[in-house]
Amino acid sequence: MKAKVYVTLKPSVLDPQGKAIHHSIELLGHNQFADVRQGKYFEITLADAASNSEALAAVEKIAKDVLTNPIIEDYRVEIES
Amino acid sequence: MKFGVIVFPGSNCDHDAYHVVSKHIGQPVDFIWHKETDLSGYDAILIPGGFSYGDYLRAGALASFSPVMNAVKEFAANGGFVFGICNGFQILCEAGLLPGALMRNENLHFVCKHVNIRTENTNTPYTSELAEGSVLSMPIAHAEGNYVCDEETMNQLEENGQIVFRYCDAEGELSSDANPNGALSNIAGICNLDRNVIGMMPHPERACEELLGSNDGQDIFKSLAKAVEAAQPA
Repeated sequence: MKAKVYVTLKPSVLDPQGKAIHHSIELLGHNQFADVRQGKYFEITLADAASNSEALAAVEKIAKDVLTNPIIEDYRVEIES
Repeated sequence: MKFGVIVFPGSNCDHDAYHVVSKHIGQPVDFIWHKETDLSGYDAILIPGGFSYGDYLRAGALASFSPVMNAVKEFAANGGFVFGICNGFQILCEAGLLPGALMRNENLHFVCKHVNIRTENTNTPYTSELAEGSVLSMPIAHAEGNYVCDEETMNQLEENGQIVFRYCDAEGELSSDANPNGALSNIAGICNLDRNVIGMMPHPERACEELLGSNDGQDIFKSLAKAVEAAQPA
């Protein structure tokens, strides 16, 4: 079973890296993008999980405790069975 | 009186911290490997600068999960002195021992230069030998020193005198020009509510000798030594 975790900066937090990337994109002549925010993506393989809900609970726990700094970041988990 | 300097894989200011304690404070000091779980016998713990775990995931995050940090939390809860410098500050924030977080510098640069910081509170174990408002010169060397916290935390920091150092110009004036990393309210260093835990991005341990351009860091370590001395059982 596999899980995907997306970690993103909270909307209230400024993202200087995203801003720099947006700037470079504009320099290349792509002017149709209003904003870029950079985040992190994790692919996690579960050793064994009885059910999707069990897997979700286990991944949610590490997403919250390890992968994210809750002061500045949010996360989203997807389970693929 | 005994000091400990914690060493993580990737710490690189551990020897500087050790040197200052042994040479300038003249006290016994040990290196403590990150797998240690017992800090009994120590009076003050220094968490040095560097790039613990290569700054993987987030600066200081992986170090904050290492075995020694449970011992540091217990040590701090019992009133022990914990001093985080640069990466040490990032680790203390990630471990929840200090509020807030340190983000990528606003200008995205790794900034390595001498800066001025203003002493905002002298009523801490780390600043008692300094004059209120005194301006100290010391180096910074980091890419993630942009301090952030929510408004409620900021109000608490202000109300409780937890902001210990702010970036300023040579005259002690705060300005965005004097802020090297975009830190909220020019914050360079904060302490916890009980004031036994402090974190700062500038490196006082690299500013203890004229040969290195400044010895302004000495008074911080002298303050700590005095506090440790005063805390010794009679």
